[in-house]
Amino acid sequence: MSNRAEMTRRDILKSGAAVATLTLAPGVTLMAFGGSDAKAAAADAGKRWGLLIDANKCDSNCSDCVTACKTENGWGNDGGAHSTPETESAWIRKVTLKDKNTGREVSAPVMCQHCESPPCVDVCPTGASMQRVDGIVLVDKHICIGCRYCMMACPFKARSFVHSDVPEQSVNAPRGKGVVESCTLCVHRVDKGRIPACVEACENAGHSAILFGDLKDPESPISKALKQYPSIALRADLELDPGVRYQNL
Amino acid sequence: MRLILAILVLMGLSLPIHADNHDIWPEVPKATGEPHPEGNEYWRKNHMVLLRHDRDLTLREGEREDIQASLQTCFDCHAVKDDAGVAVPFEDERNFCRVCHDFVAVKPDCFTCHRATPSDNVQNRMMATPDEPNSIAAYLERLKALEATEAEANQ
Repeated sequence: MSNRAEMTRRDILKSGAAVATLTLAPGVTLMAFGGSDAKAAAADAGKRWGLLIDANKCDSNCSDCVTACKTENGWGNDGGAHSTPETESAWIRKVTLKDKNTGREVSAPVMCQHCESPPCVDVCPTGASMQRVDGIVLVDKHICIGCRYCMMACPFKARSFVHSDVPEQSVNAPRGKGVVESCTLCVHRVDKGRIPACVEACENAGHSAILFGDLKDPESPISKALKQYPSIALRADLELDPGVRYQNL
Repeated sequence: MRLILAILVLMGLSLPIHADNHDIWPEVPKATGEPHPEGNEYWRKNHMVLLRHDRDLTLREGEREDIQASLQTCFDCHAVKDDAGVAVPFEDERNFCRVCHDFVAVKPDCFTCHRATPSDNVQNRMMATPDEPNSIAAYLERLKALEATEAEANQ
């Protein structure tokens, strides 16, 4: 239907949505609305997008993934009168870990871990913090009230609050003052069949430390790597089943 | 009775004045591109309904193909340029949305987060083709090739 003005409720009932009717018992009918032809390229429940980060391949002096994320999504340059380094947005950050006994230092990026059971979604009072059917955890800024419960609930410190006005936003990621934001797994790219910006940047830097793929597909490179080699989830004790996994940490 | 007559006369007098009030109505900036098939009147009345419906589809369900109202594409045609030829942002009262909303004293909060000017960044409007290096298909091909070379090296 190209002309929305002509579309009435009657038309929707008549044509757009197929109506499945199932008679359970005399006088009891189960009706399901929803056409199969309407759903085309939406988020796919048969997939679960994830990342596998190999800390051995990650260069401690490289922060190309962070730079690429800033450029792609337009954060990291908010400034403003009330800005401090602590209040600046950080969708992705490089974290360096040091084993005090052995002196081994290892570096890896940390971003939203896109949990299967996300605490940020549990605590959200408005339903703004949400999980798509393909496992990507997002903030619906249209209904976010900026209470920041999710920031407190997140064990990975993955979410940020925007404190100042954002002029000239990137079309990739609408963002503005008064709402919480975090890594979207570059949902605008993934929905269009492209890999996230950090994955692309890491590959272009010659490290390929971030592997992107579908965790539900046993034949995908990420699933094979997870099956073959040991990996960990950050804060595995919380049993959040994150979609981002780490190797050699 | 005299009072009512006076009011009626006043009302009668004021009618032509009202007709002249077109002068103070906002002048909707001219757009470029093809006109909406539904017509301007429909869009003036329903744009917010269309946008609200599609925002939920896009964000929550990842539906990006059958979207008819997207703020990003609005500004392809509805961009008001200043004297220097630069599209004016929402902060400027000449902005397309501002012209009417200022008149009726409604402040849309879309543009706290959304960009209100055209952008050159149009890559993600189109589905990726496998020949694009950053497409998932090309990425998986590269991984497959890498796996093959590693398997060879191990033998």
